[in-house]
Amino acid sequence: MLLMKIAALNNTYKALVIGVSAGGFQALKHILPRFPKNFPLSVIIVQHRGEAVQETSSKDDFLIHHFQQHCQMTVKEAISGEKICKSTIYFAPAKYHLLIEKEESFSLSLEPPVNFSIPSIDVLFESASACYKNCLIGLILTGANSDGSMGLREIHLNNGLTLVQNPATADVDVMPKAAMESHTVDYILPLLEIAPFLCDLMQEEKG
Amino acid sequence: MKMQAESTIKQKTVSQLPSHGEIIDFEIKLLIEAIQFRYGYDFSHYAQASLTRRISSCLKKFELGNVSELIPKIIHDVEYFESFLREVSVTVTEMFRDPLVFKVLRDKIFTQLQTYSRINIWHAGCATGEEVYSLAIMLKEEGLLSRSRIYATDFNNHSLAIAEQGIYKAEKIPLFTKNYLLTGGKASFADYYQAKHSHAIMHEELKQHMTFAHHNLIKDQCFAQMHLIICRNVLIYFDRTLQDSVLGLFHQSLVHRGYLLLGDKESLDFSQKKNCFTAIAKEQRIFQKVSYE
Repeated sequence: MLLMKIAALNNTYKALVIGVSAGGFQALKHILPRFPKNFPLSVIIVQHRGEAVQETSSKDDFLIHHFQQHCQMTVKEAISGEKICKSTIYFAPAKYHLLIEKEESFSLSLEPPVNFSIPSIDVLFESASACYKNCLIGLILTGANSDGSMGLREIHLNNGLTLVQNPATADVDVMPKAAMESHTVDYILPLLEIAPFLCDLMQEEKG
Repeated sequence: MKMQAESTIKQKTVSQLPSHGEIIDFEIKLLIEAIQFRYGYDFSHYAQASLTRRISSCLKKFELGNVSELIPKIIHDVEYFESFLREVSVTVTEMFRDPLVFKVLRDKIFTQLQTYSRINIWHAGCATGEEVYSLAIMLKEEGLLSRSRIYATDFNNHSLAIAEQGIYKAEKIPLFTKNYLLTGGKASFADYYQAKHSHAIMHEELKQHMTFAHHNLIKDQCFAQMHLIICRNVLIYFDRTLQDSVLGLFHQSLVHRGYLLLGDKESLDFSQKKNCFTAIAKEQRIFQKVSYE
């Protein structure tokens, strides 16, 4: 059914945006390392960090460093003005909102927190949706607040693909549940099935 | 004629009609043009995603339904435009924000500035001024304040007025104090302000070495030879063209081997001007002017 929808619209997905909060590090460990080196998407992630973590930038480096060691794809922190490449995983820097410009490059902003969060998932998702339209996949994972719901809705309205981690498999189920309440979710997937689903999807597209 | 117009409209099928997003983009283009025409502020080289976001939150605040409604109000009401500017400019700042940067400035750069008989510093985009006072405090502690002049500029007059007053909410003081100590502060932060009711009033001595002025990085020129330029988290709101032109302005304003301090996440890597500067402290985003262009 889904694949028919894609074929009919002749979509080619270009980017995957992921929003994740409490319990995120563990969840991402089950997803990111399973993408192949030449995965044809740009993967852009907002991971909320606690206040304590934000104090030192070294923790930021830890997150990126860890995934650099364990992922096949290139992993880096998004830089203001940088052109977005495929087969690359980008993390939003701590304490800044990350946005995507229409020409598929990053910009940063120090506007006040949105949903008590900076970076905010909604801010990333909404700007990504304006840029990539129906070529975007949005994914909400474990978390303790409702950031990301509005953004996911926006992706749905632009005919992008919307995914949510099955709350039963989430460390903290508030964020996936909040996203589901918007009734704009295409697929609800158990944590361990997310990576295979996305790999299959991109494989299908190629074929 | 009328018939013809109607048939033209009918020719646009549903799929050709602009989407909601395209309509907003069009409205913002009109708004930018109106502001440029009426006030000479050019927002067309701002990073559009964040500008669009700030305009939307401005609509909510002003209780307007769409961007088009903003246009006549801005054209005909100067005060309305001032409050619009206040809303769309980001003024998040604190004293000694990113203390480590200030520590490196104090330890590495100030020792170099010591050799000048007179020190000119330009704080471009000073917002509400917290970092201007931070800088003055450090200059004082290093014995440089008496021969320093800090030019603090912004395009937001409201912020500039707050900066000039130098009065901050007392609830911010614990954070400022903590930051101050992390920069290697040599005295007590309490030495630099007077507490009154629920506010902290910064000392007059610091203000004597500051000049506050309206300056718009988009259209205004350089106005003095600077030894140090501080411009943190301003360039992130500009597109590459505007970033390059502002960096050109800074290069022009700096003395030979003058210093430039940018924001934590601002990089020269993607700029055409990257060869005009060399990194002195890469992590802290401190650069030095090199003379060729």
